[in-house]
Amino acid sequence: MSAQHVDVDATRRARDLLGVSRLTNLALTRWTHGLPGVDQVGLEARAGALGTRSIKAASKAWAIDTAISMIDLTTLEGADTAGKVRGLATRALNPDPSDPSTPSPAAVCVYGDMVATARETLGDSAIRVAAVATAFPSGRASMPVKLLDTRDALAAGADEIDMVIDRGAFLAGRYLEVFDQVRAVKDACTRADGSRARLKVIMETGELVTHDNVRRASWLCMLAGADFIKTSTGKISPAATLPVTLVMLEAVRDWRELTGEMVGVKPAGGIRTTKDAVTFLVAVHEVAGPDWLDNHWFRFGASSLLGDLILQRQRIRIGAYSGPDYVAEDAPSIY
Amino acid sequence: MSPRVEVRKTYKLFIGGAFPRSESGRSYAVHAAAGAFLANAALGSRKDARNAVVAARAAFPRWSGATAYNRGQVLYRVAEVMEGRAEQLVAEVAAGEGLTAARAKAVVDAAIDRWVWYAGWPDKLAQVLGGVNPVAGPFFDISVPEPTGVVAVLAPQDSSLLGLVSVLAPVIVSGNTAVVVASEARPLSAITLAECLATSDVPGGVVNIVTGRTAEIAPWLASHRDINAIDLAGAAGSPGVSWAELERAAADNLKRVLRPAGQGADASEPDWLTAPGVERMTAFLETKTVWHPKGR
Amino acid sequence: MPTFDYAPAPESRAVVQLQPAYGLFIGGEFVDGSGEAFTTVNPATEEPLAEVAEATTADVDRAVKAARAAYRGVWGRMSGADRGKYLFRIARILQERSREFAVLETLDNGKPIKESRDVDVPLAAAHFFYHAGWADKLEYAGLSGARDGARPRPIGVVGQVIPWNFPMLMLAWKVAPALACGNTVVLKPAETTPLTALLFAQVCQQADLPPGVVNIVTGAGGTGQAIVEHPGVDKIAFTGSTEVGKLIARGIAGTRKRATLELGGKAANIVFEDAAIDQAVEGIVNGIFFNQGHVCCAGSRLLVQESIHDDLVRRLKRRLAQVRVGDPMDKNTDLGAINSSVQLARVQEMAGVGEAEGAQRWAPECALPSRGFWFPPTLFTGVSQSHRIAQEEIFGPVLSVLTFRTPAEAVAKANNTPYGLSAGVWTEKGSRILWMADQLRAGVVWANTFNQFDPTSPFGGFKESGYGREGGRHGLEAYVRPDGSAA
Repeated sequence: MSAQHVDVDATRRARDLLGVSRLTNLALTRWTHGLPGVDQVGLEARAGALGTRSIKAASKAWAIDTAISMIDLTTLEGADTAGKVRGLATRALNPDPSDPSTPSPAAVCVYGDMVATARETLGDSAIRVAAVATAFPSGRASMPVKLLDTRDALAAGADEIDMVIDRGAFLAGRYLEVFDQVRAVKDACTRADGSRARLKVIMETGELVTHDNVRRASWLCMLAGADFIKTSTGKISPAATLPVTLVMLEAVRDWRELTGEMVGVKPAGGIRTTKDAVTFLVAVHEVAGPDWLDNHWFRFGASSLLGDLILQRQRIRIGAYSGPDYVAEDAPSIY
Repeated sequence: MSPRVEVRKTYKLFIGGAFPRSESGRSYAVHAAAGAFLANAALGSRKDARNAVVAARAAFPRWSGATAYNRGQVLYRVAEVMEGRAEQLVAEVAAGEGLTAARAKAVVDAAIDRWVWYAGWPDKLAQVLGGVNPVAGPFFDISVPEPTGVVAVLAPQDSSLLGLVSVLAPVIVSGNTAVVVASEARPLSAITLAECLATSDVPGGVVNIVTGRTAEIAPWLASHRDINAIDLAGAAGSPGVSWAELERAAADNLKRVLRPAGQGADASEPDWLTAPGVERMTAFLETKTVWHPKGR
Repeated sequence: MPTFDYAPAPESRAVVQLQPAYGLFIGGEFVDGSGEAFTTVNPATEEPLAEVAEATTADVDRAVKAARAAYRGVWGRMSGADRGKYLFRIARILQERSREFAVLETLDNGKPIKESRDVDVPLAAAHFFYHAGWADKLEYAGLSGARDGARPRPIGVVGQVIPWNFPMLMLAWKVAPALACGNTVVLKPAETTPLTALLFAQVCQQADLPPGVVNIVTGAGGTGQAIVEHPGVDKIAFTGSTEVGKLIARGIAGTRKRATLELGGKAANIVFEDAAIDQAVEGIVNGIFFNQGHVCCAGSRLLVQESIHDDLVRRLKRRLAQVRVGDPMDKNTDLGAINSSVQLARVQEMAGVGEAEGAQRWAPECALPSRGFWFPPTLFTGVSQSHRIAQEEIFGPVLSVLTFRTPAEAVAKANNTPYGLSAGVWTEKGSRILWMADQLRAGVVWANTFNQFDPTSPFGGFKESGYGREGGRHGLEAYVRPDGSAA
């Protein structure tokens, strides 16, 4: 791929930001380790305080619709079939058959081999197709395989690529390797016509364990050109906790102050209720700021969340509690 | 052969590790309980007291910052030196307090033993008085006793050595520094104790002893803003001293006040032979509580 | 651009049944006061809430006599196990009626409902629960007056005078240990916040606490003075200003009355360049804006290492813009009303002083309600130790920012005050935390946190911040006879 398709040369910018003539693992180590530490207890206290915000009435209705519009409606199972993906995509197009004013999710998120199916069902709607790539979820494959995985999904019509970082490399302190991989996948996200798929970088925070690691990984991924930083694959618990998401929201906020650029945030996995989703939006609002309250900059990676948001939306509309029989479900458990 | 002319001892103040005369140039005659002239002692002034406070404040960081083990060693050394000086102390106590030699010896023995008892305390206090608090949250929370600072001590008027040791030792074991007003009528053993302190390893300024009129000096100490606490034991039996007035003056900077023994407005001197508890130490300790989160 | 203005989320006040007038609680019953009744108002709206009786010297005398009778007749001779059971009952009732207490506290005090709901009331219940368990275990507490495993003895009748900043919590801090140790009490709540104490009197009735064990007399300074001076009171426990604390210390001089005093503070909150910066910002905000800064241990002096001063102030300002000021009954309110017009005038005066002294004043844009007593979260930068706003307790939402270069300088500036209640330290370096904790002359040191409280954790000051400790094993000392003598 030619340089003209890349907005920013990540390596050159990294050298500038770090103030080094050559980007080395040592330079990246010093830089990431120079970031302020994160105190777990203080962080969790802040998350808890945000969780006590009481969102009512018009604010709540707005928050529910916004949350729906931010969902990457996801299915990532070995048992996925074209039928299931079609059902999921159909539901994205029409999330509440009883109320056509219900907004659609931002994207449908599938494995690379299901991209074409999803794309076909979604047609020319504004709903994007996101594909997990780079040997999702473990990331344990060689770089050529990861790049091929990415290009394959792109060729099948993916609008967005959700890659995973090599957590092993990160935990072993091989930051340059992580940087190079993200940068290379980012390059691979450019299509022949010069247009680009947006790149979400999954850090799998549950495997990074400490908040210091999450902060360092967030900055490393942003430095390497991530369009989004994303918590989890959904295959590891804990996944998208509020404290971890707070650290990431702080990171994108501070990154914008440093570079002027916005990076998106996507918590994925474990967010199932409207109350959870609203709390995350409160965190976005109060930590990163209102500019991020848009599905271009914030997403929920979720499958069951949509159902609960629809239930709550119906509750507001009809003034009574609704039930699951009134929410169309195209992807029930097969077990 | 004519009898040897005795070399008499000059009793001076003990301030900052040195033995100055009173800045006022004054002295007063000290008599035995039976009436005989014993010696002249320095008649300390308020300015001497002020200098003593400066010395005590200056000594505070090092003394309070020393390890508890070190303070224990230093204080035990004092007992060793006292033991070596026991004969002189017995003579002074016998004369000053009007005791038989045997009785005076028992008192001095008790004073040395008391000092040894306290010398063992510095490295026990934090364990006995401190501890970890099981707070309902992800925090390590610990409370430790810390010295309150500079403590003024009005030494007991009657029991000039055992009483003095019983009020002074508990003040300094924990790291406080002291400004002592010695027994007005019986100051000699206090200065001999000062000589023990000066020849052991107690840093200068940790203990400062002013002799003179309690009624003249005590009000200046009670109202002194750079003193953190005051022990009023010596207000009992002290002519012209009202412990109530001293306590009122001490309220000006909220000094910790250890009142004299006794009932109601009266003040009396307790029986210093009674085994002490920790109360005289805790009276001059602050509990400091430190919180820190526990996280990964 | 989307907007996310939180719609009002008011807590319902229906749970509170306000009476038009309240009497004194003496000998287990509500009785009329002899003084002139006064009005307590909602500081957020200036709406009158109730008429409250003023206790005169004669009323205080009645209360002390009732307390003495209860001490002699019942409480002083009751087994620790039974005293404990009464305290457990009280703790449970406080939990059961927590919403009622929280709403009433917020109405009378002006503090945000989320604080009275999540901090004041649960902690108050926890204090009773904690001390209930002590009542029959005092011989294990290692208290000074109880050598050789002897059972510590109560002091007798305790006079307690508490402030308006944490009315219910301060009541619990005072009443729970006093009762656990076998004392009876005469308590005076602050004149601007008497209502939760009077509701607590109802709890005492509901718990069938023997009459006279807890007596609550309302009134202002004169009532407090009557308690302090009453010869039948054996001990004074006071939380409030250093000025009044000194008056009390003077007043009881020469008597055998004992006192514990929790007084003012001017705490340094020290932030090093290696701090966990986002949590430090939260800690600074919590340190000074919790409870409108009406906190004796508030981190009112921010000492910032010079190398991160600009960055930290920028982050702080950004964070303060998120602080929601307004209706204390709204569950989303972060900063409520100033407790009284008198206190508001004091805060305004000191802010004026800060400006006149040349410090730079900043506050985020926030619309303040038109009625009630309000002050925005305010920051002063460019402050020196010599400024009055760095020396005097403001007791409001006003933070002074100073700088330092080295740990030694930070310690020197932190300790350069007659107060010594609390301090904060923010650094990721463990050994520095421990060194700082050693050097700081303060009764509570919060490292990488601030304004944490717990019934098990002793609280109290060095120097002019008072003496005695409240909470934990140490707090019991204040309520037993130091010499172990019989009452």
